[in-house]
Amino acid sequence: MIFYIVRRVLYSIPIALSVGLVCFLLVYISPGDPISAIAPPDAPAEMITQLRRDYGLDKPLPEQFAIWLGRVVQGDLGRSLSTGRPVWGEVSVALKNTVSLAVAACTLAFAIGTLLGGLAAAFRDTWVDRIAMTFAVAGVSVPHYWLGMLLVAVFAVTFPLAPSMGAGPGGTFVWDWAHLPFLILPMVTLSAIPLGLVARTVRGTVIEILHQEFITTLRGKGLRSGGILLHVAKNAAPSVLAVMGLQLGYLMGGSILVETVFSWPGTGFLLNSAIFQRDIPLLQGTILVLALLFVALNLVVDLGQALLDPRIKR
Amino acid sequence: MPPFDLTRRTLLTGTAVTAAAATLGGLPRPVFAQAASSLNYGISMTDVPLTTGQPDRGAGAYQFTGLTIYDPLVAWELDVADRPGKMIPGLATSWEADPADRKNWIFKLREGVKFHDGSPFNADAVIWNLEKVMNTQAPQFDARQAAQVKPRLPSLASYKKLDDMTVQITAKGVDALFPYQMMWFLISSPTQYQKVGGDWAKFAMAPSGTGPFKMGELVPRVRVELLKNPDYWDKKRLAKVDKLTLTCIPEDLSRASALLSNQVDLIESPAPDSVSRLKQAGMRLSTNVVPHVWNYHLSMVEGSPWRDVRLRRAANLAIDRDAVVELMNGLAVPAVGQVPQSSPWFGNPSFKIRYDMDAARKLVSEAGYSKDKPLKVKFIVPTGGTGQMLSMPMNEFVQQSWAEVGIALELQPVEQEVAYTAWRKGAADPSLAGISGSNVAYVTSDPFYAIVRFYSSKQIAPVGVNWSHYKNAEVDALCDQINATFDPAEQDKLLAKVHEKVVDDAVQVWVVHDVYPHALSSKVKTYTQAQHWFQDLTTLS
Repeated sequence: MIFYIVRRVLYSIPIALSVGLVCFLLVYISPGDPISAIAPPDAPAEMITQLRRDYGLDKPLPEQFAIWLGRVVQGDLGRSLSTGRPVWGEVSVALKNTVSLAVAACTLAFAIGTLLGGLAAAFRDTWVDRIAMTFAVAGVSVPHYWLGMLLVAVFAVTFPLAPSMGAGPGGTFVWDWAHLPFLILPMVTLSAIPLGLVARTVRGTVIEILHQEFITTLRGKGLRSGGILLHVAKNAAPSVLAVMGLQLGYLMGGSILVETVFSWPGTGFLLNSAIFQRDIPLLQGTILVLALLFVALNLVVDLGQALLDPRIKR
Repeated sequence: MPPFDLTRRTLLTGTAVTAAAATLGGLPRPVFAQAASSLNYGISMTDVPLTTGQPDRGAGAYQFTGLTIYDPLVAWELDVADRPGKMIPGLATSWEADPADRKNWIFKLREGVKFHDGSPFNADAVIWNLEKVMNTQAPQFDARQAAQVKPRLPSLASYKKLDDMTVQITAKGVDALFPYQMMWFLISSPTQYQKVGGDWAKFAMAPSGTGPFKMGELVPRVRVELLKNPDYWDKKRLAKVDKLTLTCIPEDLSRASALLSNQVDLIESPAPDSVSRLKQAGMRLSTNVVPHVWNYHLSMVEGSPWRDVRLRRAANLAIDRDAVVELMNGLAVPAVGQVPQSSPWFGNPSFKIRYDMDAARKLVSEAGYSKDKPLKVKFIVPTGGTGQMLSMPMNEFVQQSWAEVGIALELQPVEQEVAYTAWRKGAADPSLAGISGSNVAYVTSDPFYAIVRFYSSKQIAPVGVNWSHYKNAEVDALCDQINATFDPAEQDKLLAKVHEKVVDDAVQVWVVHDVYPHALSSKVKTYTQAQHWFQDLTTLS
């Protein structure tokens, strides 16, 4: 197992470096001038040139990358062009909000998705199956920003049951009763896609397992439903875990659209702002942190799968 | 037999437990109500503008963290709604060009004004602030603030203190419009800067100006609290609310939803399609004509078809502006020139811009084009963004209208920042080969911003933003004359003459002026919306 862990960690290093290079270059491919983040639209050419020099944007791209990488390795993501604040400070606050939202949405999606998928498998081809799968397909198919707007229109405007925007008092989400209402609508919106995916995965996996010979043997030996359920759950867990891990990774990346609809101050909201202002250090820093988080999460999921199913280690 | 036993009892029990957890768990209802003397304002910015003195995020940001926390030497009159505001004394009680040398402007400063930190405002503070943005060697120089204000002070050459309450600011040449430039220049506290260790990042979190509000809590990208400054020097402009919170809600529909669900008390720029819903819910709509124009600059560089005035006039005649206003759900007024007709600079152009498809067809035909053999042009247009109104639907509307008279317009949609970059470069830039029009909407608040920067050949891009490369000796002479005319009434007459000339030349295609809509809940008792892009938030109660 230790050899497996070391091997997986070593695999992550070139991935992280490639991610760094790609996210540095990506923002330069898009058109627009990063100086727009600082100067007003009608700033004269002379000032633009001066600013470009002040911020080191006049240097050749490889030199800029080397400077950036050198700083990143030392843990310095630079300062936002637009606000002058340290990028790490901006990203860490936003990440905290996004992780809170992602964990909540994933927990909801996992609980309901597993329930729906399990029920659909257990009652395959009955009305229970059809209703559960209708929910699952709807969850995967409905554009989540649209669902968000719909939920706001119904549950914030028509029936004012939950707030429609923000992360609560103080502007940052914390796990207490005063902030929880602000989590509800974005959480439900974000959980729709993973919920559908988990439900479909659970259904497919459970049906496959239920048709395996060992289940017939267990039943033949007189094991009751509860006991069979435990065996099914253990065998289905690696597949479901892999799906959930990926979904959690996607959600932690922050949803630009959902966070913008709900003005949720997470990484998606931050990226949206950075993209529109051409705030290159902020964009690079945020993408890098998210990508590394995704790599780390995949590593954890791989290790988790290996723990649950020793065959994967081989 | 199913492998699990699902009975009705199990289902009912499960449902009951879930419901109990959700309700008895006691999720509190959101508390949206505000204290009696506080208001929450949903603004369209993605972040709170810079709070150190010179706000970033364009002219629209001055009303939020500029004119609330700080004051300029020369101010706009913003508490009138029925006419355009005038220049009025701010931290300077008077200013005049020295008759001995018209390049020198003498500013007499207001006595007895204190910064929020208690330190006195005086000539030293003014010079310190000028150094902050003009002198890269000064310890307090802040590149971020300089980037915001230096382009707005193009004439400023030097400055010196004459006595404790008098400063002399020297312009690069004789420039009668110079006081307008000083309206952009806001004064921060030197003492507070020292108190926070000479660090502008720290100053941003604990700023100090002389304005009608002090800053409370700032949560970057989320909100800023503005607290009434009871000791404000201008008692007429004391804030009417104790606390005004500005909350960043960049998405139009989210802003409307926040207002409808009482999370905020007023919003700026509601989406046109949300207006009827807001009115149904009892919200008040506040609008006023503002110095802003949604238009097309036309390239007049060698080889551009728009060098032909007949085509430029046809393009202006082939737009039904009332229909565009309808498209905007009434949140615009037709533009028949660079400035609204109520402006003293409008004059009386002989080319009357109206909707006349027959006249447009005739002019296009005279220029050698028709519906069957259309003039093919390509414009760079922003997909949206601050001040761009309903950019794409409006552009597509114009595209369809022009197709009817024989102008085949191809749109090249880009993000706003890309459009700005192209705007700064000017029509002759090689990167804009094939592009003969630019659609950037902007503020036209003062003579330089409305007129001179677009029509004087000295302002041809990339020096200024005469994107079109428009050159007209008569206009150039008038612009020079404006700069040398110190009588405001005479200045207005000259500006009107320039405006008449450029409308007659159909230098641009003017479509609509913005009305800067606000939607207010019943909690907002008063709000004076000035005919300006800046607003005075002290009028809110």
